[in-house]
Amino acid sequence: MAQTATTTGGRARTRGRAARYSAFDIVRRGVTHSEWPRSFNEHELRTTYDVVIVGAGVHGLACAYYLAVNHGITNVAVLEKSYMGGGGSGRNTAIIRSNYLTPEGVRFYDRSVKLYEKLSVDLNYNVMFSQRGHLTLAHNDASLRTMNWRAEVNKLQGIDSSVIDAKEVGRIVPYLDVSADTRYPILGALYHPPGGIIRHDAVNWGYARAATHLGVEIHQQTEVLGIETAGGKVTGVRTSRGNISTSMVINCTAGWASTISDMVDVKMPLVTHPLQAAVTEPVKVFLSAVIVSGSLHVYVSQTDRGELVFGASVDPYPSYSMRGSLEFTEGLAAHILELIPSISSLKLLRQWAGLCDMTPDYSPIMGVTPVEGFLVDVGWGTYGFKAGPVAGEQMAQLIATGRTPDLIAAFDLARFADGRLVGEKGAASVGH
Amino acid sequence: MLLIDCPYCGPRNSTEFRHAGEAGKSRDLASATPAQWRRYLYEYDNPLGWVRESWFHSAGCRRYLSSERHTGTNEVRWVVPFGTAAPSSTTDEETSR
Ligand SMILES: Cc1cc2nc3c(=O)[nH]c(=O)nc-3n(C[C@H](O)[C@H](O)[C@H](O)COP(=O)(O)OP(=O)(O)OC[C@H]3O[C@@H](n4cnc5c(N)ncnc54)[C@H](O)[C@@H]3O)c2cc1C
Ligand SMILES: [Zn+2]
Repeated sequence: MAQTATTTGGRARTRGRAARYSAFDIVRRGVTHSEWPRSFNEHELRTTYDVVIVGAGVHGLACAYYLAVNHGITNVAVLEKSYMGGGGSGRNTAIIRSNYLTPEGVRFYDRSVKLYEKLSVDLNYNVMFSQRGHLTLAHNDASLRTMNWRAEVNKLQGIDSSVIDAKEVGRIVPYLDVSADTRYPILGALYHPPGGIIRHDAVNWGYARAATHLGVEIHQQTEVLGIETAGGKVTGVRTSRGNISTSMVINCTAGWASTISDMVDVKMPLVTHPLQAAVTEPVKVFLSAVIVSGSLHVYVSQTDRGELVFGASVDPYPSYSMRGSLEFTEGLAAHILELIPSISSLKLLRQWAGLCDMTPDYSPIMGVTPVEGFLVDVGWGTYGFKAGPVAGEQMAQLIATGRTPDLIAAFDLARFADGRLVGEKGAASVGH
Repeated sequence: MLLIDCPYCGPRNSTEFRHAGEAGKSRDLASATPAQWRRYLYEYDNPLGWVRESWFHSAGCRRYLSSERHTGTNEVRWVVPFGTAAPSSTTDEETSR
């Protein structure tokens, strides 16, 4: 394995493994001013790989990592047209939770929460997972009913999830307006204590660092232009840096997924919508939990730096444009002030958009397609960051064994033709 | 902000409209098989490029419109009343990028 990390300080590390980060190392390098070793390696593009992953977001990177670490498959290239984490994985609001609506969904996302809980240790990279609690507010009887339903499904799967009343909501989040005389009074909330937020860039970089040190190659600025097939099987990939022969291609391009599947004429039930988010200037920490309001189309959390991070539902028409809009900011401000009136003089620092590949049932699409050797891990909509670890793990298992693991069997592409939808709209349209 | 030039009302902000989906999808009500129905319901071209689509001017004339828009730039090339023939002068090759 050529990716041995050597410190410029002179001490060679274990062959094939990343330099270990530790508190001791921080002190040592602080004192000696020695440079940190490179986290990633760059490579020439080779002409053949066992597996080609398209898209270096959390899904592509996690898949590459688990292929290497769980199955010893390292002749793998991750191809990225732009930069690592330049898609949704570097633009999301990093909410992690497993309180979904269907048993299939709850089981699946719970596995991801479990993987996230030990990810810092597994990757030797601090991903700052903060399980601070997640509250989905109910402003009317209908949403209270859905929340009770969700809580029961969650409990059956062993997930910590329950419906609490407005007084309890006010106790957990003191600055929330829980009075009864507001336009959208808070009647209660679905409370999910293990939910929280994470440092999304650290997750991407941690997977990338671990994967490249196991021998996987990540090629940035390498756009996939076409996929070659013969007799219904994948034979190669055309890229902006040359052609590759391979028998296995995984589509991990989220918002761009239709453009990749089009290359092999696999029709997808996907529509690409922009999703916007915004942050305020940093203020002293006052908000401990993640707050979501479906009726008000808004959610908020506070980062460790003190910025409030806001998000909403997707833009109302399909687009691949990542420009922010004034309509979004206006709606956001109006809605968030209904919930937390005291932040009315906070200033927004910036807003941005990312692309979301929406499916009809708000569940992802993972697994095989009619083209042999062309797999998909897409349909991540507004909720896919939390699923990076589990999807990577399960897709890697599918690639290594050739059999679809039970945990993702319900999320196959064929479900749309067969009429087996996994309806998660009630749990995923605003709360990502 | 996306401006849509409604043939009945003039240029209006897209917030006045409801996006009504990709144009050109159809199924035969009398004879469509379940598989054809599902394809009609769930499959989309979702192109990065020029797309023909429909809009409903819900906060205006409340009529359906057809348009051609580039999904990468959001440039709207033309808008016509629903059911009217598309302006023939434009082809995909002409201005696609
Ligand atoms: C504003 C916002 C907030 C969100 N909030 C949350 C949240 O709180 N919780 C949550 O779980 N999810 C959230 N999401 C959703 C989440 O970000 C995505 O579902 C997830 O990041 C998808 O990861 P991915 O690896 O599949 O795709 P991406 O990270 O989008 O990566 C796809 C990559 O493919 C590359 N690519 C595209 N075409 C090509 C090509 N032809 N050749 C090579 N490379 C190509 C792109 O450049 C891109 O880097 C949010 C999304 C947005 C936009
Ligand atoms: Zn009109």
